[in-house]
Amino acid sequence: MHELSLAAIRRALEAGDFTAAELVESLLGRIEAHDGNLNSFVTVTGEQARAAAAESDRRLAAGTARPLEGLPLAHKDIFCTAGVRTSCGSRMLDNFVSPYDAAVVERLKAAGAVMLGKTNMDEFAMGSSNETSYYGPVANPWDTARSPGGSSGGSAAAVAARLVPAATGTDTGGSIRQPAALTGITGLKPTYGRVSRWGMIAFASSLDQAGTLTRSAEDAALLLGAMAGFDERDSTSLDEPVPDYVAGLDRSLEGLTIGLVRQFFDEGLEADNEAALRAAAAELEGLGARVRQAELPNIGLSVPTYYVVAPAECSSNLSRFDGVRFGYRADDPKDLLDLYCRSRAEGFGAEVKRRIMTGTYVLSAGYYDAYYLKAQKVRQLISDDFRRAFAEVDLIAGPTTPTPAFELGAKIDDPITMYLNDIYTIGANLAGLPCLSVPCGFSAGLPVGLQLIGPPFAEQRLLACAHQYQGATDWHRRTPAGYA
Amino acid sequence: MSLTRQQVEHIANLARLEFDEAEIPDFVAKLGSIVDFVDQLQQADTDTVEPMAHPLDQVQRLRPDEVTEAIDRDAYQENAPAVADGMYLVPKVIE
Repeated sequence: MHELSLAAIRRALEAGDFTAAELVESLLGRIEAHDGNLNSFVTVTGEQARAAAAESDRRLAAGTARPLEGLPLAHKDIFCTAGVRTSCGSRMLDNFVSPYDAAVVERLKAAGAVMLGKTNMDEFAMGSSNETSYYGPVANPWDTARSPGGSSGGSAAAVAARLVPAATGTDTGGSIRQPAALTGITGLKPTYGRVSRWGMIAFASSLDQAGTLTRSAEDAALLLGAMAGFDERDSTSLDEPVPDYVAGLDRSLEGLTIGLVRQFFDEGLEADNEAALRAAAAELEGLGARVRQAELPNIGLSVPTYYVVAPAECSSNLSRFDGVRFGYRADDPKDLLDLYCRSRAEGFGAEVKRRIMTGTYVLSAGYYDAYYLKAQKVRQLISDDFRRAFAEVDLIAGPTTPTPAFELGAKIDDPITMYLNDIYTIGANLAGLPCLSVPCGFSAGLPVGLQLIGPPFAEQRLLACAHQYQGATDWHRRTPAGYA
Repeated sequence: MSLTRQQVEHIANLARLEFDEAEIPDFVAKLGSIVDFVDQLQQADTDTVEPMAHPLDQVQRLRPDEVTEAIDRDAYQENAPAVADGMYLVPKVIE
C-alpha cells in the first residue's frame, strides 16, 4: 500500500481494495519501523488518524466521500493544528498546543484527508539542512549520513521513505523545492497568495507560501486543488478562481516554450547536476516543447537580497515570542527585561538568533536605507527580469540545487555556504512566482531535481509540464534502498 | 565592513536577546560575515528603481470594521506560562 500515489490510493479506496483504516495502520507501522533512523516526525497522531480513517470508511461506504477521502498525509510542524502540539521545530514552542487549525489544515481536513502527524523542520523554517531543528536533524533516506535539505526536511524524508504518500510544506527561499530535489520527490510552491497563510507560523511574510511534497505532479495537483483559494483571514490571500488542476494535467507540451536560465549554469553547478538538467531539457524537447535560453541578469543578487529581506521580516515576526502569552519562559526572571531577553536567548537556537540579529541590524536607525530599502529595490530588479523573460517564454527551467544532498554537519558551521544552497530557488520567492522541483536523475546514487518556474498563477501549466515529463520518465518512481 | 563587538551588543539589546560571554566572538564573526555578504547589494544600480512593496503589485485589501469573532480567553491562556484571574503575569514593573 505504501508504494501507491494519492491518486492510486483514491481509486483503491473507492474500489474497496483496502480500507482507510487498514492503510493508516500500515503507514503507522512503517513510521514506527523506520522513523527511529530518519527522525522525520516530531509528533505522530495515531489516535486522531485512526478516528479520521474510521470516518472516511463510513463515508466511503455511504457514498458520501469527499474529494480527498481517506488520503493520508503529514503536515509540516509549522501549520497550527488544534489540540496537537505545533512546535515549529523550536524549543520556544515545544509546549505550544494550538487552539485552532491553520487554513491549510482546515481545508485538507474538510476534503477528507487523514493527518498522520507533524513533520520535523528547521527551527522556524530557517535552514537548508534540517539541522537547526530543536528535535535534531532529519536523515536523508537515500543516505542517512546526509541531509534531506530543509526547511521542510521532515516532510521530504517521510514522503521519500514512503512513510506517508504526501506532506505539506512551506517555501520562503526554497524550503519545499530544495528538500524535494535532495530526496527525489516532487515539490510545489504556488504563487504568493495562492494558498492562505492563516495559521502558518510566520517567518518572512512577503515570501512565505504553503505547498506540497508528493511523489508526483498528479498528486500535487490533487492536493493543491483542495488547498488553494481565497481566505479573508490572510490579508495577502488573492481572490482568483481555482482551476481544476487535475483536469489540466493532460495538456501536451506542443507549442510550449521553456527558457533555460543562462545565469544558472555557473561555477557552483556540479557536473552531474548539469548533465541531468541538460538531459531533462532534451526530454522536454522530445515531448514537443521548444527549449531556448533565457536571461535573468540580476539573479546573482538574489541570495544577498533575500538575506536582508527575510531576516528583516523574521525579526519583526518573531518579536511576538516574549515569554508572556505563550511559548517558552525562562525561570526566575529578575525583571521584565530579563524575562524577555532570557526567554528569547534560551528559547531560540543559534540560526534563528543570527537571523533576528541580522534583521534587527538592517532595520536599525542609520542602516535601513543602505540595506532594507536597497534590497527591496534590487528585489524589484530581479522581479522585472522575470517579467521580461516571461514575455518570451512560457516557463523557466533550471537546476533546483547546485549539488546533490550534502553530509550532515558539512555546512552547519558556515552560514554563507549554507545560504548559497538556495541560489537557484530564492529568485522565485522574491518575485512571488509559482515553481516546482521534479526528480530528473541521479549523481552517485543521490537524486537531482529539475526546477520549473512560471508566471503568476501558472500552476496548471507547471503541473501539466511536470506530469508530461513524469509520464515519459521514471525518476520519480525510484525508491531509496530499504524503503521499497 | 565587519561588525564590532559593541555593535553586536547594541543590536542584541534592540532584539531583546542576550549571549553568553563564550558565544560572543563566534557570533560577532558569523554576523559580520553575513553583513559582508549582503554588502554585494551596494554594486547594483538602483537609482531609478522603486522599492518593491508586493510581489504581485497588490494593495492591502480593506474590510468593513465589524466584529467577526470572539476571543476565547480561557482557551488561549492554556498556553500561557503564568496567569491569574484571566491576566498574564509578568515580574513587577512599577515599584
